[in-house]
Amino acid sequence: MFKSISKTAAALAITSLLGAPAMAGDLSIIFDDLNPAPKAGFEAAVEKFKAANPDINVTYSINDREAHKTAIRNFLSAEAPDVTSWYPGNRMAPFVNAGQFEDVSDVWEAEGFNDSLASTKSAMTIDGKQWGVPYTYYQWGMYYRADIFAEHGIEPPKTWEELLAASAKLKEAGITPITIGTKNLWPAAGVFDYLNLRTNGYDVHNDLTAGKIKYTDPRIVAVFEKWRELVEPGYFLENHATMSWQDAMAAFVKGEAAMYVMGNFAVDSMRDGGLTDDQIDFFPFPEITPGVARAEEAPTDAFFIPANAKNKEDARKFLAFIAQADVQTEWNETLGQLPINKNSTVGDDKFLQKGFETLSTASGLAQFFDRDAPAEMAKAGMEGFQEFMIKPERMDDILKRLDKIQERVYK
Amino acid sequence: MATNNGNATTLDAPPGKRSWLYKNRIKLAPWAFLAPGLIFFFIYVIAPIFQSIWISFYHWDGLGPKEWVGMTNYIDLMDDDRFYTSLVNNVWWLVLYMLAVPAGLAIALFLNQTVTGIRLYKSLFFFPFVISQVVVGLIFTWFYNPEFGIVGIVWNFFGAQPPAILGDEDLVTFGIIFAGLWPQIAYCMILYLTGLNNVSPDQVEAGRLDNAKGWKMLWFIILPQLKPATFIAVVVTVIGALRSFDLIAVMTEGGPYGSSNVLAYYMYETALSEYGFRYGYGSAIATVLFLIMLVYISFFLWRMYQDERG
Repeated sequence: MFKSISKTAAALAITSLLGAPAMAGDLSIIFDDLNPAPKAGFEAAVEKFKAANPDINVTYSINDREAHKTAIRNFLSAEAPDVTSWYPGNRMAPFVNAGQFEDVSDVWEAEGFNDSLASTKSAMTIDGKQWGVPYTYYQWGMYYRADIFAEHGIEPPKTWEELLAASAKLKEAGITPITIGTKNLWPAAGVFDYLNLRTNGYDVHNDLTAGKIKYTDPRIVAVFEKWRELVEPGYFLENHATMSWQDAMAAFVKGEAAMYVMGNFAVDSMRDGGLTDDQIDFFPFPEITPGVARAEEAPTDAFFIPANAKNKEDARKFLAFIAQADVQTEWNETLGQLPINKNSTVGDDKFLQKGFETLSTASGLAQFFDRDAPAEMAKAGMEGFQEFMIKPERMDDILKRLDKIQERVYK
Repeated sequence: MATNNGNATTLDAPPGKRSWLYKNRIKLAPWAFLAPGLIFFFIYVIAPIFQSIWISFYHWDGLGPKEWVGMTNYIDLMDDDRFYTSLVNNVWWLVLYMLAVPAGLAIALFLNQTVTGIRLYKSLFFFPFVISQVVVGLIFTWFYNPEFGIVGIVWNFFGAQPPAILGDEDLVTFGIIFAGLWPQIAYCMILYLTGLNNVSPDQVEAGRLDNAKGWKMLWFIILPQLKPATFIAVVVTVIGALRSFDLIAVMTEGGPYGSSNVLAYYMYETALSEYGFRYGYGSAIATVLFLIMLVYISFFLWRMYQDERG
């Protein structure tokens, strides 16, 4: 009897000895961008990680970006990968608060990220702990058709008046000044954020998204009044509510529209559309209230370890790996975005160089309306922005409604 | 079931020896066959209904702990513009979707003749019902596009500014309903075509002898015989209208600013979509939708019961 038990135990010990390394070495990753450049950048980084860690068996799957946003809730609790991409700020808050993300402050401590990734530390922090590791960020601003501007003798506007004058001139020439597609709502939030950052500055943006300022506050009303100066003369693309940001890009590529308030990821699709670097350029969103310190939008993308991950040890290795200076340099060069590690070098591309300059001289970096505000407020707010862009005369009703929702969300 | 082997000796066994299972086998057999279906029906249909009614009394983000709030979600609903927009849109869906029934009948009558190749025509007319709703939605989204869609081209041809049907809060719901009617008409048509096969030629003949023609023939002779088909057509159309989800998700995502929402999509949006973390509120919407459906379900069941008593 005793003999057979010890035999079984021995057999178990052997199988576990054989099995354990293989089990511990399986690392599954879910990434969230199927567009060519992000996909290539991610895959190259994974290959590099494999080469550096030959004992780890890495498997990954890549989701569509919009689909990932709803899928994550299922896979975090049902069948969690070891690493997943997601967003910092308020977008990670529901999962952090529900205990579905792993605290990775130890990785930050061990790898010296508190210093090398200092610029995004606050966005990655909730309750004094860090919950993920960022791998890229990108500037927002005004992309424009340099050839069309030159043709009509327009200089890139630096102030609000210049922007209005340039828009009027373009409109007169039969060109839509600013293209936009608000079907997915967030492009409208980009415009709102910039108008708010330039009219009131960084602190008001933060106070508004933190629920400390009402939407009917005179400062926010002033933002909408500025916006009205663009909406009422028809400076935005018509029918934008039916278009995604890619649909709206068509007008820009065809030369029917001249400017686009967008993030740097859009450059890739401008080039895919056949525009050369001579035809497109970038300027920071023009000044509105003189003297307000210039703050910029710079959304960050990051990787997280789900609390239900099976192989947290190797997942930590992966997180530490992706924040290394050389890895971020190479990845972001493929991606066409900016590395976060301060020891990385920025790609040799005019948009990256301009973006880096714009962001490194900014007085503050905002994530984005829908990442800084809680989900429900973000959704209602962005619907309000879209409605305002179609029916500007309803401003008062929209702002009152947003106040009502704000009251419920932040209580 | 070991006793039920059809063996003569078992059948002739004295009554005392027969097991309870064997004695009640006639009563039990249907239940045994129904059991798998009933179990799944209970787990996937009945239980979730009560579960979501239960959740509608909580504040819950779907991830963290639940907080009991009683009727708060329902009180919030009463004060929610988006909810009323969705409710009104649901009514429009119910009313306009009903057009599929007479339209389906008209096409069925038209196709109910013997011409060469009629089978091909019938299948072509039935085609839209076979296409996935997602594809229908996509086709109509392009169709309505003012830049390159057929609507834009036709409008431009007449020198008019094409409307952005899916971007206009007043037109968007009708645009989507119209897209939905396309497959729904095909569905009703097929129901009527099968119904028309069963119309008795004797009665038509008798009607002819009594000089019934045209509308009179249709109204007094044909339609009464199509009553079962009409009943099913109405029921599937009502259910289709209340479940209208796929088209809205594909064509507008409820936009612009929520004006094409219906209850089913609004429920998804508040509880499960990208920015939706209000499971309790979503469940409250689901409960309201369920109550509306219940009216039709009870009507349906009552009718079935009446027919069976016959």
